[in-house]
Amino acid sequence: MISTALTDLWSGFGVALEPHNLMYCFLGVLVGNLVGVLPGMGPVATISILLPLTFGMHPVPAILMLSGVYYGSQYGGAICSILLNLPCHPPHAVTCLDGFPLTKQGKGGTALGITVIAAFVGASWGITEMIFLAPFLVKMALEFGPTEVCSLMLVGLIAGSTLAKGSPLKGIAMTVFGLLLGIVGSDIETGQPRFTFGITELFDGIEIVALALGMFGIAEFMNSINNTEAVDMKYANVGISDMFPSAADLKKSFPPMIRGTILGSLCALIPGTGPTIASFVSYATEKKISKTPERFGHGAIEGVACPEASTHSSVQGDFIPTMSLGIPGDTVMALLLGALIIHGIVPGPQLISQHADIFWGLIASFWIGNILLVILNVPMIGLWVKLLSIPYRYLYPSAMFFVCIGVYAAGNDMFQVGETLVIGVVGYILLRLDFHPAPILLGFVLGPRFEENFRRSLLISRGDLMTFIERPISAFFLFICVVLIGAQIYVWLRPKAAKDEKPIEAQIPATSYSGLAE
Amino acid sequence: MAATGRVAAEKKGSGETRLSGKFVWKRDYYAGGLMVLLGVGAAVTGSGYKFGSLARMGPGFMPVALGIVLAFLGVLIAGTALGSSEPDDKKFMPDNPQWFGWFCLLAGPVLFIVLGEYGGMIPAVFACVFVSALGDKTGTYKSSFILACGVTVFGVLLFHYFLNIPFPLLRGVNL
Repeated sequence: MISTALTDLWSGFGVALEPHNLMYCFLGVLVGNLVGVLPGMGPVATISILLPLTFGMHPVPAILMLSGVYYGSQYGGAICSILLNLPCHPPHAVTCLDGFPLTKQGKGGTALGITVIAAFVGASWGITEMIFLAPFLVKMALEFGPTEVCSLMLVGLIAGSTLAKGSPLKGIAMTVFGLLLGIVGSDIETGQPRFTFGITELFDGIEIVALALGMFGIAEFMNSINNTEAVDMKYANVGISDMFPSAADLKKSFPPMIRGTILGSLCALIPGTGPTIASFVSYATEKKISKTPERFGHGAIEGVACPEASTHSSVQGDFIPTMSLGIPGDTVMALLLGALIIHGIVPGPQLISQHADIFWGLIASFWIGNILLVILNVPMIGLWVKLLSIPYRYLYPSAMFFVCIGVYAAGNDMFQVGETLVIGVVGYILLRLDFHPAPILLGFVLGPRFEENFRRSLLISRGDLMTFIERPISAFFLFICVVLIGAQIYVWLRPKAAKDEKPIEAQIPATSYSGLAE
Repeated sequence: MAATGRVAAEKKGSGETRLSGKFVWKRDYYAGGLMVLLGVGAAVTGSGYKFGSLARMGPGFMPVALGIVLAFLGVLIAGTALGSSEPDDKKFMPDNPQWFGWFCLLAGPVLFIVLGEYGGMIPAVFACVFVSALGDKTGTYKSSFILACGVTVFGVLLFHYFLNIPFPLLRGVNL
């Protein structure tokens, strides 16, 4: 199986190196890096804006570009944390703790250099994991009937809502809300319009681009308008010559990088635990096993290397369940899954065999994209740093334009712009009530497929709900669901003893950005 | 794993428990109430569609089932807030409501729709950016005007000439 994977990968390089595909891959990582650097912008909104523009394209370059935005933005995200102490990108929030003290000591360049190396190490491992694990998962998943798919989706939905940040109860409520939003439109089996309230434009359902840009664009702007502090560029003068770490720093940060990478790749395999959780877990672990934990928080280079490697390994690993099983782990993956569906590709275990060019081309483009990103980040660091000083008052009106035209382009229909506006206001209200909108998108994307499989499995079993428990694989997935919910109840009921140390999350400087752009 | 941080935050809150018998409004009551409202609304609307049976589900089955689940979750959200003694210091409205900022921000897309429908891409883009930029405290007419001009030129070049979005620059005028 390993040799077939390698031959397939070889053909994938053939796809990814076609000039046309290569150009879109480069464009994707470039745009990703750009929005990653800009505070208050994130991959979710960017991918949603770009998505309608790919409708006319071949699916391969489209998916290559959209994925490039995601991992490209991770390279840019760390710059903001390290140089400005601004945790505006959740997966890099924890990097502030040691990255900014390093910057204050005049070693910001070293921290950035280590970040790039850690990113590449982490990403390489994540991609390798995908090459060998995804075909294996597919082999298992090809045996799944609708009953198993249904239970597996339930695992994805529950993990995505309970493991994300905020109250798990509210997370589940948002997932259900997302599932309900996914119902809007004509019923696939009977054609009965549901929740359309007589509006013909809603018969096709809610536009995914409108939902994503409302929740992660307009709601986010409403949250941060006049609410952002001026960025302090005092320490942010880094040139290319500062980027090369000394041999001692490199030696010190290499083992943490490996540990972070492994932790990140493990987190990627659990649905619902994306890069953010991976970076927090790996920072906490690194601090715990360090011989000198008191150095953490005062500029320990390990505290930069470990979470960064972990983030990037988790980002690449995130693609595994999405591409091989069709179960997205977080918001960006839900959006990419939506992109695949729009391009007429049915996500699921059959994707690798039916669309080998997309799958292996994507993996090959990860390698190429990551190499491009390293090249982009080292010599061009001065440019990225300059971008940090663009004030928010120029950013959000421009972003507003991109949101409007992006949604319009999705269907050449002004109705969608209005839809986005309404969703944005609803999203802001939910945000003020401490509901995190990420699970909505997850529920929305999985909803129609969940309903279809649920109906089908009960049709097969003639209405017997026991089928979900009687079939062993399905029972196993349901058991995981029970464990996930049980763990949450346990955490909630556990006696709340006082803790002597501040949790890592509380140490991170507050930010006015809601961090929606996960 | 994510829960550890949250639990720790809860611990911090429970340190300052106030045992006054007074009923205090919390945001979670609104949150729970909203979910109950949405859930009941979905279930009631969904009951208008054919429900079917477990073996042959009609289009109404999922909406009703999910609506009931959502309403139940809403009750739980409000219920757990009732049970916990932690004070909820965050209000529903932010500390400094940005009514003017929000107004400008939302007026942007509204103008985009209206002017896009009747005027074309150039007025729509210009108005959208100009008005949303005014929402910023430090934004002036001049700075917003310059920004709007810049974005319009860039937008027209990118979306009209490069990406060929079917959106006439000025309706009625052949450019």
